[in-house]
Amino acid sequence: MIFETTPSQTVGPYFAIGLPFDVGPFVVPEGTPGAIHLTGTIYDGAGIPIPDFLLETWQADSEGRFADMHDHGGHSEQTGFRGFARYGLEDGDGTFDIVTVKPGPVPGLAGQTQAPHIDVSVFARGMLHRTVTRIYFADEAEANAADPVLARVPVERRATLLAEPQDGGYRFDIRFQGPHETVFFAV
Amino acid sequence: MTDELQTENGVRVIYDPIADTPTSYLREPDEAHPPMDYEGYKSTALRHPKQPLIYLPQTITEITGPQLGPVLMGENDNDLTVQHDGEPIGERIVVSGRVFDTEGKPLRGTLVEIWQANSAGRYKHRWDRWPAPLDPNFSGAGRCITDDEGRYTFTTIKPGPYPWGNHYNAWRPAHIHFSLLGRAFTQRLVTQMYFPGDPFFPYDPIFNSVRDPKARERMVSSFSIHDTVPNWAHAYHFDIYLRGPGATPFEEEH
Repeated sequence: MIFETTPSQTVGPYFAIGLPFDVGPFVVPEGTPGAIHLTGTIYDGAGIPIPDFLLETWQADSEGRFADMHDHGGHSEQTGFRGFARYGLEDGDGTFDIVTVKPGPVPGLAGQTQAPHIDVSVFARGMLHRTVTRIYFADEAEANAADPVLARVPVERRATLLAEPQDGGYRFDIRFQGPHETVFFAV
Repeated sequence: MTDELQTENGVRVIYDPIADTPTSYLREPDEAHPPMDYEGYKSTALRHPKQPLIYLPQTITEITGPQLGPVLMGENDNDLTVQHDGEPIGERIVVSGRVFDTEGKPLRGTLVEIWQANSAGRYKHRWDRWPAPLDPNFSGAGRCITDDEGRYTFTTIKPGPYPWGNHYNAWRPAHIHFSLLGRAFTQRLVTQMYFPGDPFFPYDPIFNSVRDPKARERMVSSFSIHDTVPNWAHAYHFDIYLRGPGATPFEEEH
């Protein structure tokens, strides 16, 4: 390393004038076969929804392929699959709703296989750096039990990373503090 | 492979025009970025995790990332002074620089997004209610894709400082928000660019949340006579460094 990184600063309260874009909440185009809604609420340490968050997600397609692989292998071949969502509103109420497909399993390190998961970044006023978490799926018990990342998480906290099935998709709430604090990762 | 040396602002930079995509990225020391819980910035109190972060190995999910440039770019996206019928009020400036990784390799084709207050220090946002004038000719948002040398350029208006509610008589130094996707989920960065010599620096907890004075300097642009446009705009230069490659693809946990 020759240079030091530029430090992070908070996204602040007014990112909505620049960062959201029309198809931001759509990992796949609306009407894509198998599309689901992934919804949730983000709570602060007082249990109050955070209205001014920016959430971004990154994931593989249903076959475990990414939209942008660089030189790491084959791209997703699914029509319109972007793999990325950005959700943030000028007038938010603490909830998000993105349209996506459930990802397939993807390779881990050293020949392992990772359970279906979605990487998540949360930015907000009052956060000097992004927070990173992962969404897993509660109905993938077998794959989750063999997942090398979940294996690093204390058993009693793993449930905070599981999206629960609901009508039309899954629900995943994020809690910054409290007895059910979501697991956050150092990447 | 590094096969060429260039001079950038007097610093020797290794320039590799055909850099490989890393298979892992440096893990940054805790002090590289501000703490999530910072007493001087009150809103951090309820918005930081209390439990320790868990080490996330860099798998395929973390070493890939969205390449949104072509999806998002529109006409005039990098000139914030021509997005309306009339001209915005204020000091017209060029803000430009290069995006590198910490090895000094330029990041080409990466999306740079900015947003900012107008010259009076007011954001065009519903919840910015302080009594400074809005400018009907200034929205305050821009996008740019870096060129083959990692270079971006914006034309905009110098933003004003503005008060905020953190403590009595709190003011933010003038700044432009920057968002960079980089090439991988791991490289994602949101930061703020400041202007040299701002008198509000000593009083701003967000700027000072970066504890290392040398690290704070990396958020401060420099006046650049070289980048000025004669009889049109003065200029600031701001280079941005994102995390570079890790030592090995299968790093050891520390």
